[in-house]
Amino acid sequence: MQHKVLIVDDSRLARMVIASALRRIQPDCELVEATSADDALTAIAAGSVDIALVDFNMPGMDGLELVAKIRKGHPGMPVAVVSANLQEEIISRARELNAAFVAKPLTDEALAAFLSGAALRLKKAAG
Amino acid sequence: MNTDNTALSEVEQDAIAEIANIGVSRAATSLRQMVGEEVLLSVPAVRIVTRQAAGRLVEQGNNPKLVAVQQSFEGPFSGRALLIFPEAHSLELVRSIVGSEHSLEDVIDLEQEALAETGNIILNGCLATIANTLQRPMRMSLPSVVRGDGMTLFGSRSEDEDSNLVLFLYINFTIKQRNIKGFIALLMDLPSIMALKQIVREFIDAIERQAAG
Repeated sequence: MQHKVLIVDDSRLARMVIASALRRIQPDCELVEATSADDALTAIAAGSVDIALVDFNMPGMDGLELVAKIRKGHPGMPVAVVSANLQEEIISRARELNAAFVAKPLTDEALAAFLSGAALRLKKAAG
Repeated sequence: MNTDNTALSEVEQDAIAEIANIGVSRAATSLRQMVGEEVLLSVPAVRIVTRQAAGRLVEQGNNPKLVAVQQSFEGPFSGRALLIFPEAHSLELVRSIVGSEHSLEDVIDLEQEALAETGNIILNGCLATIANTLQRPMRMSLPSVVRGDGMTLFGSRSEDEDSNLVLFLYINFTIKQRNIKGFIALLMDLPSIMALKQIVREFIDAIERQAAG
């Protein structure tokens, strides 16, 4: 099934790396990019985002604050926080928000594992 | 000097900031393990500035007495990586690493060694991540502890105007609960900026090619 994946990162390079990996893993997925948390909320409000990949360290609202906002309207949306900041506090806050944590530098294996879990969740929710 | 060769395009600046952000975030993870408290990071800033301006940035106007652990790195580009904080925070940082059961005398005794070792772990973690990301090996020197104001940390003995401009990349860190603030900074001179630009360009091109399939 074709999913619409939202990539949220203030860095263009980081968005390119994630987009490139997504196209290798799920060539048919549709990508939407947001450069800030506010842009991401606008994209989600516009509808049809299935999965979100969210950077942690962004100017303004950080990734965890963004996930908390996403959760208010979309409690079941598969979301991953993507960061090289592997501190326990950040990983556990992501878990509390029912979000996965994917480490930077990003590997295809880590992203693929998150995406297959996300696909299952979406299938269950639809079923 | 030729500003065209050294100016960074928006995409180059973005790429350098992101690669450094990954390096520093990994380094902050090591620091968190050492101090047992969460380490908060700012978003990275990348600038080409004079050494004096870099010095003023870390002094933050009011705190010229600084301690830094520095390590030189060499490879396709070379420079210095520094862990910098106000001198007044130095003992508190050491205490947070060695544990509160040690006396003040012990902490003072351990200060130099603990700072060098902390810097070594953090700066190596940061530089190794950058080297791995760019797939370019880098050699790192042993850490040394420097004390002084911003110019002492970043000064150059050369009178050459070109050697006065540096690529200055810095991220602020704060250790929650402990009132410890500082910077992790990378400093590179002019020839290295050009070498780094080329490597980053190749890195971006490789990602674009992969994305295009």
